Amino acid sequence: MSKYHVSTTINGDPVEYLCEPEQTLLDVLRDELYLTGSKEGCASGDCGACSVLVDDRLVCACLALGAEMGGKKIETIEGMADGDELHPLQQKFLEHAALQCGICTPGFLVAAKSLLDRNPDPTEEETRYWLAGNLCRCTGYDKIIRAVLDTAAEMRSGK
Amino acid sequence: MEEMRYEAPDSLDAAVAMLSDAGEAGRVLAGGTDLLVQLRAGMVHPGLVVDIKNIPEVRAISEEGGGFRVGAAVTGAELGEHAGMCKAWPGVVEATELIGSTQIQGRATMGGNLCNGSPAADSVPALIAAGAVASVIGPSGQRDVPVEDIIIGPGKTSLEKGEFVVSFKFPDRPAHSGDAYLRFIPRTEMDIAVVGAGVNITLDDDGVCQAARVGLGAVAATPLLVADAADALIGSTLDDAALEKLAAAASAACKPIDDKRGTIEFRTKVAGVLARRAALIALDRAKEGR
Amino acid sequence: MSQALKLDDDEQDLKYVGTRPVRPDGVDKVTGRAKFGADLHLPGMLTGQVLRSPHPHARIVSIDTSKAEALAGVKAVITRDDFQDMESEFVPAGEMMVNYRDVVRNVMAREKVLYEGHAVAAVAATSNSIARKALRLIDVEYEVLPHVIDAVAAMAPDAPLLHDDMMTEGVDPKPDTPSNVSKRVEFALGDVEKGFAEADVIVEREFNTKPVHQGYIEPHACVASMSEDGQADLWCSTQGHYVVRTHCARLLNLDVSKIRVTASEIGGGFGGKTVVYLEPLALALSQKTGHPVKMVMSRDDVFRATGPTSGANVWVKMGATKDGRITAAEAVLKYQAGAFQGSPVQPGCMCAFAPYDLENVKTVGYDVVTNRPKVAAYRAPGGPISEYATESVVDELAKMLGIDPVDFRLRNAAREGTHAAYGPKFGPIGLVETLEQAKAHEHYNTPLKPGQGRGIASGFWFNIGGETCVTLNINEDGSATLMAGTPDIGGSRASLALMTAERLGIEPEKVRPLIADTSSLGYNFLTGGSRATFSSGMAAVEAADEAIKEMCARAAKIWEIPEDAVVWEDGHAKPAGDNAGKFDPLSLADIADMAGKTGGPIGGAARINAKGAAPSFGTHMVDLEVDEETGRVTILRYTVLQDAGRAVHPSYVEGQYQGGAVQGIGWALNEEYIYGEDGRMQNPGFLDYRIPVASDVPMIDTVIVEVPNPRHPYGVRGVGETPIVPPMAAIANAMENATGIRFTELPMSPPKVLKAIEDRDGG
Repeated sequence: MSKYHVSTTINGDPVEYLCEPEQTLLDVLRDELYLTGSKEGCASGDCGACSVLVDDRLVCACLALGAEMGGKKIETIEGMADGDELHPLQQKFLEHAALQCGICTPGFLVAAKSLLDRNPDPTEEETRYWLAGNLCRCTGYDKIIRAVLDTAAEMRSGK
Repeated sequence: MEEMRYEAPDSLDAAVAMLSDAGEAGRVLAGGTDLLVQLRAGMVHPGLVVDIKNIPEVRAISEEGGGFRVGAAVTGAELGEHAGMCKAWPGVVEATELIGSTQIQGRATMGGNLCNGSPAADSVPALIAAGAVASVIGPSGQRDVPVEDIIIGPGKTSLEKGEFVVSFKFPDRPAHSGDAYLRFIPRTEMDIAVVGAGVNITLDDDGVCQAARVGLGAVAATPLLVADAADALIGSTLDDAALEKLAAAASAACKPIDDKRGTIEFRTKVAGVLARRAALIALDRAKEGR
Repeated sequence: MSQALKLDDDEQDLKYVGTRPVRPDGVDKVTGRAKFGADLHLPGMLTGQVLRSPHPHARIVSIDTSKAEALAGVKAVITRDDFQDMESEFVPAGEMMVNYRDVVRNVMAREKVLYEGHAVAAVAATSNSIARKALRLIDVEYEVLPHVIDAVAAMAPDAPLLHDDMMTEGVDPKPDTPSNVSKRVEFALGDVEKGFAEADVIVEREFNTKPVHQGYIEPHACVASMSEDGQADLWCSTQGHYVVRTHCARLLNLDVSKIRVTASEIGGGFGGKTVVYLEPLALALSQKTGHPVKMVMSRDDVFRATGPTSGANVWVKMGATKDGRITAAEAVLKYQAGAFQGSPVQPGCMCAFAPYDLENVKTVGYDVVTNRPKVAAYRAPGGPISEYATESVVDELAKMLGIDPVDFRLRNAAREGTHAAYGPKFGPIGLVETLEQAKAHEHYNTPLKPGQGRGIASGFWFNIGGETCVTLNINEDGSATLMAGTPDIGGSRASLALMTAERLGIEPEKVRPLIADTSSLGYNFLTGGSRATFSSGMAAVEAADEAIKEMCARAAKIWEIPEDAVVWEDGHAKPAGDNAGKFDPLSLADIADMAGKTGGPIGGAARINAKGAAPSFGTHMVDLEVDEETGRVTILRYTVLQDAGRAVHPSYVEGQYQGGAVQGIGWALNEEYIYGEDGRMQNPGFLDYRIPVASDVPMIDTVIVEVPNPRHPYGVRGVGETPIVPPMAAIANAMENATGIRFTELPMSPPKVLKAIEDRDGG
């Protein structure tokens, strides 16, 4: 099978890869680049566990082809912390116990970051709807929503 | 089985040529939120996927003749960020924004939503109510097709081989106009519409409805333009009696099926309820309008 | 020095137990570093994929794999011929039992396929796309048979038979013709006829529920690597890697010692990852190819081929006197087991009336096979179904009698000393406390708006202990490493670190808890039944006590005083008795630093069968609103009150309460397996199998009641199961209060609700 050569940027670094035309961005991240922080929960865009940013836009990596990514800027959970400093959302998820099994956590964090990048002061309802494409079966969402709202408050106060 | 190829042409002509060469084996990739699911599930085995997102015409929103022209591969998220469209066609925008999650919104397009051919596509009843016209291009050139004439059955469209939708033209908005779209789903998000209703009205200076269009989704083999429902509103102030007539006409137009998402009875009843509720939102918007 | 198993009562100062530190595995999970089942890559690894039956019931006439085997890149194909048949023998798996004769048939169909999605063959290939192609090249000839999906239909005399040799157990005389009923169970106390005769009011109702899936977000996944001498490494997402090892050793006829299983991080299980599906296939493919083989299920596979819990038909009859005393309770439960026997009907029977102190009670259960995937445990297996029915009837009785539903429950509530209908006498339990706190809660006393309804229901789960091993190493710098064998699904490592730290008297951050592989630690039963924090916590405390004893001995050696003249307080060895104050205390770190000179490495271990598990009762309260024009239900407010015994890490206890409640909301309102006439599942994905999303639910308030379990060193009961028991009845009761309609069928999805409203209003 002939493969496609793609040059892209992932978490700020230039990356080149070869992929089959059917391979999704998620397949490429996980199976070719070993960036396994993005998870496959459904492969149909229904669970959000593979949430990544492509050119600053929140998308499911399972619903984009690897071949489409030439010249794009991709951000994954692996690029969220700044060196050894966690992103405030990551820190708040830990403090609020906003994860149990943790399989959905990378997707939630990427999606929540995208929310706060656009809206630094979301309401609970806005947060719940923004994150409705991220399924969590463990927590009942309570602590996740609290963690996001608390992060937003803290980031607004500039702490 | 043929190996799949991927192409991303940067002009309409190139895309038409590729699709024309590929014949039956060609598939258009816009947002991919339907196509990739079908690929993964083994439901489709295209020999060629033509990604149209590098073509400027399908990605642009522009003002044209007093109305708007929206590229078929503009994503829901982009549409929702366009102040002009949000002001002129809030019902179309909210319908498009109801397609899937925030993540899906980053990819899903009106063109894809329409051409997937689902009777339950959220944007389509609102497009029909809006009177949107699709600009279609293909081997025999360009043609304009009213949106309600595109879907001809579940998963089937009137597009010829090699044709695809480039953009949608929305007509100019007279004063006192408003549109709205509501759908019913079991959850609050992430479901396919069990019923969808789009209503678009224009009032005169006295608040009497001068023009109306009503579109329904998921209640028949195709999305419907329901003239009787529109007639129920025209000439009225959308008083209770008119709204009751609207609901009855909407329900009467339904030819639904029982399936995993809803029953015939449920869809028929709720179509009327949603048409009435959407009309009231459209009314508020028309009164607030220019 | 404290004693093992001594209860730390409320007067005792607990320094760490009950606090909320960041969990030890947390950073890995917020950075994407944590490795789950599908995240392992090995050099030379092949991909394995499964061919599944399109038919719900068919005889396999032949399987031709030759074309697939000839495809370039295909390294092996396996079928039924690659597995030996097994004797009929039951072994525990979670709270349920499995039979190896069935297990070998469930992982790979033999004579027949018994459900759509049943594995028929598997391939190992060099890429996913080649494996997919290979599956299409396998020719299977089926002789399609009539199928049966519903339990009641499967009990009919003329129903299609799944197993020609299934004679119903538990009936006298034993039948001589086969049926789809694998067994009948009965639990009885007193005389129900006498009890009903004493009743002033009687309610009798029949309920139906649909199978619901555990819905873990991580599909089943594993990587197997077997060498030519039969030594195998298996990496998998499981609730019980020792149980996986046992099953795989049996199915592949290998010594247990040959297989080392490492539990990956597990992306949810809820009972569904207590059995094997892919693991024996991956091992067999690795054995055949000499390569590591990775297998990952699709979401479609998960729905079609892995255990949901039973759908059921439940008949309940209860009677009470005018003053609100239940005089008799009776239930008949018919649970779908799926393709092989083993529904949770027995625990369902045992739970059915457990929250009540009853003199006359009888429950009868039937385990019924149907052409669906074999059920697996799902959180308090069996309990949510039977207690949905009984708690609905309890509510109806209270309403008929004009008694507040909390008061009615309090009048009949099980307490310490109550003889449970299923056998034992309860020790200290917290049901009354949850009800009293519910009644006093601001939620219960907030007025509702018109059109809204409030519902309440209680629930019960046994909780279990079982075989457990840990080792604890005191490191040379005064830190400690705890190796446990119960996979951590929801934060149990945090709890284990807290209990160990509490006992040792060092900061929790100094304790690193890890989940050991099966070769590094003795046998552990799986994480399930709410046993991990209870049992591994008990073992950790015992191991800590052993280490403390040794550290006291080392201090005695240094001080040259008798060992019994040394006590352990606050992380230090101190001279006691006549020697008190004669020497400066030695800290754990001091003793660890000198360990090499005082006798060598220090540690502790425990190998126990944890006894003394104690039930957890809970009471849930919900407010909701019904859109009477569309049948849509909106959950407005929700409060969970549950007895934790002791909340070791309260955040994760709250998380269990909240998660269980929301799973229950899904079960109540929208989740169900939908089958067509063709016996095929129509909604095998998260699009149409509708688990709650963030915008569907409000914040879930929690009240942690603590009635300590006297048989655990820190009073732990286990909290994970009970929260899913009350929601369905609480919501049904709220629906009744909002609409006047008693819903007896789950899910209460909009089409059903709207139809019921129209029927109420006269069509």
